[in-house]
Amino acid sequence: MRYSGFRILKEALTGHKGWTPQWRDPEPQSSYDYIIVGGGGHGLATAYYLAKEFNQARIAVLEKGYLGGGNVGRNTTIIRSNYLLDGNQPFYEFSLKLWEGLEQDFNYNAMVSQRGIINLIHTDAARDAATRRGNAMIMNGADAELLNRDQVKAMYPFLNFDNARFPIKGALMQRRGGTVRHDAVAWGYARGADSRGVDLIQNCEVTGMRIENGKILGVETSKGFIGAKKVGVAVAGSSSKVMAHAGMRLPIESHVLQAFVSEGLKPVIDGVMTFGAGHFYVSQSDKGGLVFGGDIDGYNSYAQRGNLPVIEDVIEGGMALMPMIGRARLLRAWGGIMDMSMDGSPIIDKTHIDGLYFNGGWCYGGFKATPASGWCFAHLLAKDEPHATATAYRFDRFLKGLMIDEKGQGAQPNLH
Amino acid sequence: MIINHPILGPRDAQEFVYLGDASLIHRPDGLTASIEAFHDYTYLRANPAGLHRELWYHEQGDRSWLVVTRNTVTHEITSVELARDVARSEGRSK
Repeated sequence: MRYSGFRILKEALTGHKGWTPQWRDPEPQSSYDYIIVGGGGHGLATAYYLAKEFNQARIAVLEKGYLGGGNVGRNTTIIRSNYLLDGNQPFYEFSLKLWEGLEQDFNYNAMVSQRGIINLIHTDAARDAATRRGNAMIMNGADAELLNRDQVKAMYPFLNFDNARFPIKGALMQRRGGTVRHDAVAWGYARGADSRGVDLIQNCEVTGMRIENGKILGVETSKGFIGAKKVGVAVAGSSSKVMAHAGMRLPIESHVLQAFVSEGLKPVIDGVMTFGAGHFYVSQSDKGGLVFGGDIDGYNSYAQRGNLPVIEDVIEGGMALMPMIGRARLLRAWGGIMDMSMDGSPIIDKTHIDGLYFNGGWCYGGFKATPASGWCFAHLLAKDEPHATATAYRFDRFLKGLMIDEKGQGAQPNLH
Repeated sequence: MIINHPILGPRDAQEFVYLGDASLIHRPDGLTASIEAFHDYTYLRANPAGLHRELWYHEQGDRSWLVVTRNTVTHEITSVELARDVARSEGRSK
């Protein structure tokens, strides 16, 4: 079924009796050409592009819970392409371009809203760094603008511009950045993949991998063995657990990142704002809640909940930036599990096992990467060679000294 | 989280800096180990869901290194040892 304004009108006039489920709920077949492990944003996008752009068939997505129940349902919905390094920026710009055409492409309202993102600047050194980053973005085909204090003040007059520790001196802005309705991304990709014959199998946990003579034959699941010529794992947060079935140790630690939403308020923040020096970023949802977050808690965790000290730290950052939010009440706080990699950048690569492919290590930046991650992983699975924008995301970059370390923190995942 | 320091008693985890997996105690010998061995030591982690032995540094306390055994699924801490004692018992720093 194709969605359109005409269709809504027709259904409204006929009692909404013509709507059908958005995807089937099939039982697994005995074997497939491709199995994607993980029915989140990246896994569903991979299946969608495999079928649509690379014309592959006999594809299944295995999800241990329900579709979109992991990090694609727990993030703060920001899209942007404001990276510095050559290994990253072309990939994220590719992703932002895919976001811009996504709703037409998969015929689903994902509420892509390019409302602009600013990164605040507090010192001359930070302005130099922002200028350099902005130039790197422009050289890779993205947009970037350096705003002065007055321009930021015109946008957000209520900020604390004269904070003694972090006075606001300007900002780096990307107008094409913004927010997306995160659940709708998973649903749109799921519906698009399903309509192209992909089997989306829920409540089907991978419990083992059958590997013989260095080649993968399929996966053991809670619904029995399922054979496959190629298996792609896209389960960021749980990557180490799943890849341990193949005997692999990864350059990844799992950490918990918390996020927050306030009660609904009148429109006050029309874009996305990051206050990196204060470990705080914020946007306002279409329902009016302030959606914000900060740093990861900093210790290995699979708990999907964090602890109070980081909540306090994030709220302090918010209060320092815009004291007026002190009167707003916090509605919800939650946590998601991040694949924190050793250089802060992701991995999209083959493994040493023939037919087993890996996509993970997204740290706390996986949501914005969803379309390009799916596209590039599908490219790798279908053609056995990396997409042009994802050639740097290799396992062996650590062995060869080719890390992509945006923050320059080294092999200390909780600092990225 | 409260870390029950073997010498100082219960202390708030906020006083500590987290390093990571306690296997980092076993750094390969810089003169003899292969590049691959150093790569595995520096970059690869078991990253278990469940019991995890990990290094915490009491930066805002007595500057001791601790080996904390903690469940990464529940955050429950079941054992705290001085990293010095652990390292010596495992044959380091003799």
